[in-house]
Amino acid sequence: MVMGLKSGDQGAMAELYDRYSSVVYSVALRVLGDTGAAEDVLQEVFLQLWRNPSAFDAARGSLGSWLAVITRNRAIDFLRKRRPETDIEDVVLSVSPDLAGEAERARAAEKVRGVMGTMTPAQRSALEMAYWEGMSHSEIANKTGEPLGTIKTRIRAGLIALRQAFQV
Amino acid sequence: MSEHQQYAEDLALHALDALRGEERTKLELHLATCASCRLELEQLRGDTALLALSAAGPRAPQRARQRLLEAVAREPRLAATSAGLSAEVGRAAGKDDVRPRSWWGWLGWAATAAVVVFALSLWRENSALKQTVASASSQAAQSRREMEELRRIAAPILEPEAQKVTLVAAKSPPQPQGKAFYLRSRGTLVFLASNMPALPPQKAYELWLIPTSGAPIPAGVFKPDAHGSGSVVNPPLPAGTEAKAFAITVENEAGSGAPTTPVLMIGAGE
Repeated sequence: MVMGLKSGDQGAMAELYDRYSSVVYSVALRVLGDTGAAEDVLQEVFLQLWRNPSAFDAARGSLGSWLAVITRNRAIDFLRKRRPETDIEDVVLSVSPDLAGEAERARAAEKVRGVMGTMTPAQRSALEMAYWEGMSHSEIANKTGEPLGTIKTRIRAGLIALRQAFQV
Repeated sequence: MSEHQQYAEDLALHALDALRGEERTKLELHLATCASCRLELEQLRGDTALLALSAAGPRAPQRARQRLLEAVAREPRLAATSAGLSAEVGRAAGKDDVRPRSWWGWLGWAATAAVVVFALSLWRENSALKQTVASASSQAAQSRREMEELRRIAAPILEPEAQKVTLVAAKSPPQPQGKAFYLRSRGTLVFLASNMPALPPQKAYELWLIPTSGAPIPAGVFKPDAHGSGSVVNPPLPAGTEAKAFAITVENEAGSGAPTTPVLMIGAGE
């Protein structure tokens, strides 16, 4: 499909939208909590890919995961009313599950929720504040009253736990 | 504690864009020169993508699809270089500070490092930090100059519009050919292929670095264009790895951690 985008195939864009729009919209809506704003972010993410399909490098990550990361970053920028801080070409991630299918995504989502459920409330909260609210570690430390080092450790350990769950 | 361990937690925060101020600046300086930490950052970004999966929600309204496709139809694809496209994206995003971009990923890191070093030089308060920043600034500037020179030299090889011609013995059919240029000391690799046969959908060629000991290391995936040409530029590689040879196999387009099909092409150092 990305090859199709590179050659300007609008049908490839439609196919790509049908496959990944639910991921993109869900992430944007979770961050922004507003359907209109989420739809705007969805439009921006797909249009950016249309304008610059070479920004996605299939050798360095799966399209579904890449779109999820791009969407989350754009939604946080929108939430914080700031200009985009990261160019989409700078978002490079290691290969992770593509999750193009609904069933595959549902199974993976269940696994993620399972891992989150094993975390302590403090760790889960730190990870969610950083990811879904775009808070810096300093802001999280101020809000929770926890030391900065503790916040850092919790966030990294949370991400590593997720990685390990998908390596099994 | 090693230098990489020191940055481990900051890398996780950076993957979430949750690192600010001086800590972010110092980490970006380190990333400009550390391939293994850049690789770890990419893995952590992959981990953050998993978090996105817990955001199950309603589908986007049907009008969103129509709106997108109408917008796409109003923007027919322009034939442009990567740099041109990037600039287009920057303008669309409302940026005033559109930066020239390139396929040379770590040139971006070096440029970023140069900028943050300059900023730090304004804010530094203690002499020890001042010394570190000055040194890093010099290294980053030197690195940027080298990369700009390399990019200028390599442009006829890698720019999409460059005409590529392979000469073979008269009356010989074109043969698949690959050339790897590997600089072990910097962990940088450029691979160029020509006359590569077309592949089935979902398949791609995967380049492997064969180390002097141990298993083959994935060194990038590519699909040949309509003319059979392809390239891999600066894939993530473990620092300092000595290459005994390079090889090509056919793998799924997402790439594989180890070769799963027979070697199609192989070459040792010249």
